[in-house]
Amino acid sequence: MKILTGNDLVSGDVIWWAGDGWSRQVGDSVDVGQSGDDLARTEEAALRVVGAYVIDATVTEDGVRPAHIKDRIRALGPTVRPDLTLKPNDADTGNWVI
Amino acid sequence: MVEFLSFREDDATQEPTVTVEAFTGQSNSTAVRIEASEDARELLPHLGRLSLVEVNFPAFGDGRGYSAARILREAGYGGELRAVGDVLVDQIVAMRRCGFDSFHPAKALDDAAVERALTRYANAYQKSVDGRAPIWAKRHPENLDG
Amino acid sequence: MYRYDSYDQSMVDARVEEFRDQVQRRLSGALTEDQFKPLRLMNGLYLQLHAYMLRVAIPYGTLSARQMRKLGEIAAKYDRGYGHFTTRQNLQYNWIKLADAPDILAELASVEMHAIQTSGNCIRNISSDQYAGVSPDEVTDPRPWAELLRQWSSFHPEFTYLPRKFKIAVIASDEDRAAMRLHDIGLKLVERDGRIGAEVYAGGGMGRTPMVAPLIRDFVSEDEIVSYLEACLRVYNRYGRRDNKYKARIKILVHELGVEEYKRQVEEEFAHMRTLGLNPPVEELDRIRAFFAPPAYESDLSEDIDRSDPAFALWVDRQVAAHKAPSYAIVNISLKPLTGIPGDASAEQIELVASLADQYSLDEIRVTHAQNLVLPHVKKADLYAIWQKLDEAGLAEANLDLITDIIACPGLDYCALANARSIPLAQKIAQRFANAERQAELGELKLKISGCINACGHHHAGHIGILGVDRKGVENFQLLLGGSGAGDASLGQITGPGFSEDGVVDAIEKVTDIYLAERTQGERFLDTYRRIGMKPFKEAIYG
Repeated sequence: MKILTGNDLVSGDVIWWAGDGWSRQVGDSVDVGQSGDDLARTEEAALRVVGAYVIDATVTEDGVRPAHIKDRIRALGPTVRPDLTLKPNDADTGNWVI
Repeated sequence: MVEFLSFREDDATQEPTVTVEAFTGQSNSTAVRIEASEDARELLPHLGRLSLVEVNFPAFGDGRGYSAARILREAGYGGELRAVGDVLVDQIVAMRRCGFDSFHPAKALDDAAVERALTRYANAYQKSVDGRAPIWAKRHPENLDG
Repeated sequence: MYRYDSYDQSMVDARVEEFRDQVQRRLSGALTEDQFKPLRLMNGLYLQLHAYMLRVAIPYGTLSARQMRKLGEIAAKYDRGYGHFTTRQNLQYNWIKLADAPDILAELASVEMHAIQTSGNCIRNISSDQYAGVSPDEVTDPRPWAELLRQWSSFHPEFTYLPRKFKIAVIASDEDRAAMRLHDIGLKLVERDGRIGAEVYAGGGMGRTPMVAPLIRDFVSEDEIVSYLEACLRVYNRYGRRDNKYKARIKILVHELGVEEYKRQVEEEFAHMRTLGLNPPVEELDRIRAFFAPPAYESDLSEDIDRSDPAFALWVDRQVAAHKAPSYAIVNISLKPLTGIPGDASAEQIELVASLADQYSLDEIRVTHAQNLVLPHVKKADLYAIWQKLDEAGLAEANLDLITDIIACPGLDYCALANARSIPLAQKIAQRFANAERQAELGELKLKISGCINACGHHHAGHIGILGVDRKGVENFQLLLGGSGAGDASLGQITGPGFSEDGVVDAIEKVTDIYLAERTQGERFLDTYRRIGMKPFKEAIYG
């Protein structure tokens, strides 16, 4: 599937297109099909996102999984600081990105 | 919005510019346009008959025109020096410091933003060609002649 | 230390207001991201992997306690409780909100700091020797020159849109602690016939085409350095390549023109520049120099150090360097705890170092290009007290210049450009070589890791260097041997095919085994490598 990601213009937070708005959770991502680039332009113009881009992802038993390691690290947070990731209480969370 | 800005006492030169090649090849033109890749020093033998040099900025990040402007002013050129092309409001101050005294940007500028930019910095660290005393000269007024 | 006068303060304050205006225009939609990006970069604000990142300039790596304290406060108030010291002696915050950036800059301005020109295609923060002013082997303190050049390069009207970024380092001793010849321009201050001047090196750098800078002039006097650098920069600004950003650094221009032709063009421009009155009068350098006058060291202090605590003695031997005042010492604070993140410091650790500087180091701190900190003026009698406080805060690692004192860029854990993670690899290597005796046995061994070819982790200059690459979506690591950023600067050579993360740790162990087996008396790893060459190492790794 194709999903759309970027950063929140004001906070810089990593965000994912969830169909009716943006989410901090990669798991909320929806398949944007061929509409990702148009959506990116509209959302950037509306000042809701910066640096939006479309990536490949798959759905696994753990939820939506970006195809590239870089986007998995974006989705989670720095693997060397589990306390700052979206799963701060899971010591093994870094393994998800590899 | 403002499409043309001039800081000169006299009126802007209306004569159309010619290329450096055309200018150096014939003698009756008094207005020339320099592209970023061209050498401003080619104009130095002809400064006396020039009333306008237009320096083109093909992209705001291409800084060669700043050197072209200073080279002309350092050589004593006193005519109009106009920045054209991709010229942004955030660049006007540095361009003024390099000797540009008129601006014809590809996209019109916001007057209020221009005004804010031009009045924001009361001082400058370097000596350039705009006649402003640099900070070091103000610190050592006995050396104002630099 | 240098202090701003009203002119310096007015420049920094104006920059805060200018940036506030730019941010406001961005948030209102008046500026698109394409238009805003170069403006924010010129003020050190990146959009990184997880958030905005702000890089704060620490001119020539020197900080007062008050400034350091402010860095800690900002980390706690606006970031997530820590900062990262970089190989350019700067500090980066990883979790900045765009809307907060102007307020952060205002806070920095309140302690005479800024983020001006910490990114963008302009002259960057001037770096220097972390032992400047206190090292017994320097001819003069290089920081007054660096400050003069900081002012000259700030908002330079002609050189703000160069072909590419431009880094300058200034040193003043034979031992190069600042990787001077790996800069776009490196200045080495020397004394000739009773006059201080600079040897000028141009065209060094790392990145994808690493080069050691050649000497382009063997003496420029202090009253002409500005006009000479204007000449160097003008030739570069006019003729540096703009068609390909990977070939746009000055090193490519110097290489393509040839050193002699570049020198000729600079000399021609300099002959013109020196007639324009561009140089500040010598009184200006004297004014700056007065701020860096040696502090009032106390005399008749004990020079003895009580070494009865063995852990303390080990730390002293490793982390403490000779100071030009005999009863004082230079303390190196390791930011490389074995399980930590190279260069990271928490807000609390930053505050602790600030208070130690207040109490024990005449209010001064330095940041090193190896991502460590320095307390430059410590009484030998105070060393034990400092060590105890550092130890409590997890800052008493004794590994300066050893294999676990690893330089690592932020890598793919933080950086949008990276291809591989640097930090987890640094941690694995540190754990493999954690044994203190083993580290000491290996001696000076500079290990440097970059997560991509841009080489922020200086891998070309590592005795052992590692470059992270992306091999079909999987992290892969190339190994290099034989680099050096010191006075004997050289570029590392790639050993051969790359490795997995665990594989490269094993390979490093084999490399160190060869060194231990082959070294002669007194040889460092680098010396042995230079003597016996790549072959035996290669055979051990791949054989």
